[in-house]
This record gives sequence, structure tokens and C-alpha cells, in this order.
Amino acid sequence: MKNKIIEQLNLKTQCKKYGLPLWQCPHFIFVVMGVVIMVTSLLAYFIGFRYVEDPLLICLVVMLITGFLFILSFVVVKSFENLAEASRMKLEFLAIISHQMRTPFSNLRWVIDLLNSGRVGEVQNDQQEYLKILKENSERMESLISQLLTASKFEQGKIPLKMAGFSLKTLTEKVITELKPLSNASNIEVKFECKEEIPDIFGDQDWIREVISNLLDNAIKYTKNKGEVKITIFKKGQKIYFEVKDTGAGIPKEDQKYIFEKFFRAQNILKKQTQGSGLGLFIAKSIIESHKGKIGFKSEAGEGSTFWFLLPIK
Amino acid sequence: MKKILFIEDESALQKTFRVFIEQEGYKMVSALDGESGFNLAKLEKPDLILLDLILPRLNGFEVLEKLKEDYETKEIPVIILTNLENPDDINKALELGAKTYLVKSNYTLSELVEKVKKALEEER
Repeated sequence: MKNKIIEQLNLKTQCKKYGLPLWQCPHFIFVVMGVVIMVTSLLAYFIGFRYVEDPLLICLVVMLITGFLFILSFVVVKSFENLAEASRMKLEFLAIISHQMRTPFSNLRWVIDLLNSGRVGEVQNDQQEYLKILKENSERMESLISQLLTASKFEQGKIPLKMAGFSLKTLTEKVITELKPLSNASNIEVKFECKEEIPDIFGDQDWIREVISNLLDNAIKYTKNKGEVKITIFKKGQKIYFEVKDTGAGIPKEDQKYIFEKFFRAQNILKKQTQGSGLGLFIAKSIIESHKGKIGFKSEAGEGSTFWFLLPIK
Repeated sequence: MKKILFIEDESALQKTFRVFIEQEGYKMVSALDGESGFNLAKLEKPDLILLDLILPRLNGFEVLEKLKEDYETKEIPVIILTNLENPDDINKALELGAKTYLVKSNYTLSELVEKVKKALEEER
């Protein structure tokens, strides 16, 4: 019982449970409202004391105001709590669904692996092609599920970061090599410029790799057979600046403010290519922000886009 | 012939894994829930145990704990094979004495068989 009360009073854990920032968290707002009510009551009392003769009248007015404010704040906090609960349930739902989907999915994948291996009978030419379709699509679904899981974990603040110093330059070179098959297939040359020796940054290498890989993958995909993709890294004050510039489709003005939102996909891209989850940039933003960095872009439709991020050195 | 015990409630996973592992020249025994998995481990004394975490009757953690407490089974290496990937679960399993922790969806079937083979060779 005692523990339960203490837990209720711990604002930080309560807000974390809802996955909300402090100012949107019902518990925090409740405390703020309480302070506001106390201050206004005291102020009303002292002002009244100075200008009104009858102390009883003052007390009555102050009590009425306090009562009114109390009811008001109660209603406001209650509705906030409902909203927060809905948002928490949404997050949980997402996590459970994506987790439950993985089990039948493993079955599917293993069976495809088994058929492909030829261990249960030789696969004929035509069949091979269909199996390939099955495999590719199951991989697409797999990556969608894991992106959903990642996104929901970031929203709940449940991602532990393994922080260590590492070279952003080396990491970028690795990612470029990894994506070579994709860039070659799209006839795109990926240029990399990093003139000076840059100091190590401090962060979770795996997640930063995810960001670079995502930005580069987008740049290559949305450029397709025209032009080039260029990555530049340099030191900017106490931070490292990273950018990927492409000469691809660009992002229309009206879509720009939504680009980092979950499940959002720009109109001009959807016309050409329907694949993709709309989660990549949301995850990238979550990762960079959890590293106390900044992410952004500039773009014009038809002129290409430049996505950049800034990460602190230490 | 080396013997592997696969404790997993999804029979389809057992079926597909069996084809692979038996063609590699291993024997596989299997259980569909935690309790019979533990009993089978005591009875068959396998060279390696593959253990899922979400299981009926006894869950994977409980099975692992029992295996490591029992003098007959505590030396058998256990590989956790699951779709849970919370760092908490991973740490808990490793603390309880699991040899490795593998997330199913991160590996293809043949990669997994390689892992099992490697683990068995290390034991020799």
C-alpha cells in the first residue's frame, strides 16, 4: 500500500508509463493546477484583505473561487488522463500485435527456408520463382514488423542505449559499402566527402547506423537512375554535422511538415512507389533525439532533398 | 550420434527444424510444453537443449531454472530460442545459466543449424 502511494507520487515514472512528455502528463498537470489554485487563493485573500472591510465576505469569495478552480482543474486533468490512457493503450496494442505477429511469421519463414533448401524435394524452375516472391514478401513484412516494434519502443522510451565513442566516418563508410548492391542496381554513384579528421562521437553505434542506413537508402531509392547521392561530414563547433544530399524527387512543400511523422508518406513518392512503411524517418528522428542531437532537411519538389543531423562529440 | 532436445510449443517450427538437423546427422527429440520438456531432458540426457521462452505449463525461464538446479541436467548447454528480445529477458536468461540467447526472426534456418553445430563442437 505504502509503495503504491509512493509510486503514484513519483511523477517521472507515472509519465514514463504513458510515454508522454512532462507537460502532457496528467499527473504533472494535476500538481501544477494544485499550485496555481493555492497561489490564486492566497492572492485573492490578501488582495481582499486590503480592499474589503468584511473578513467573512472575503473568506466566502475566496472559498467560492477555490472551489470553482478545483472542479475545473479536476475536469481538465480527468480528460487528460483519458487521453493519456488511450495513447498508452495504443502503444501497448502496437507492441503486443507486432510481437504476436512474429510467431506465425517465424513458422512461415522457416518453411520457406526449408522448401528453398531442396531438402524436401527438388524445387522446379517455375516454383523457384514463386518461392522467391514468397521469401521477398515475407522479408518485407518482417522488416515492417520490426520497424513497428522499434517505433513503439522509442515512443515508450523503452530503448536502452549502449553508449560508446566511435568514428562516424568509419561507420558511414561501412554503410555505404553495405548499400552498394542497391546503389549499383539503381545506377547511382554514392560520393563521400570528409576532408578533415573528425573526433569520435559518443552514442549507440547500432542505432546511429540505422539512421545513416535509412537516410542513404531513402536517398538512393527516391533518386533512381538520375543523378547522384553525396554524403558530407564535418565538424561544426562541438558537434559533428552529417548530411545526405540527393538529386531525386524531392518533397512537396505541403508535405514537408509531416515528413517525420509516423506512417506519413509524401504524395509524389506514393505515385511512383507504394512500398515502404513510413516509419523510417520517424525512427531516425527518435534515435537522433535520444542522443541529444538534431535532425532536419531542406528540399524542393523535383530538385532533390538534403537530410542532415547533428550529434554532440562528447 | 549427438542428441538435441527442442522445447517449443509451435509444432511447425519443430517439424521444419527436424528436417534440417536430422540431415546434418543429429538426433532430435522434442517437447511441446515446459513440463514435458524438463522430464524429457532428464530421461533422454540430450547433448544440447533448444528452449523457447513462452511455453505452456512451465515457461522457459522456469524450465531453465529447474534444469540448472537438477544435478542430472545442469551440465547440458541450453540455447534460448525465442522471439522475445527485451534486454531484461536476455539478461535474466543468461544469468540463469543459458549458453546463448537467439532471437528466432534474426536467423534463417540454416544459420540456426550452424549455430547449433558450433555450440555442440565447443562442448566436445
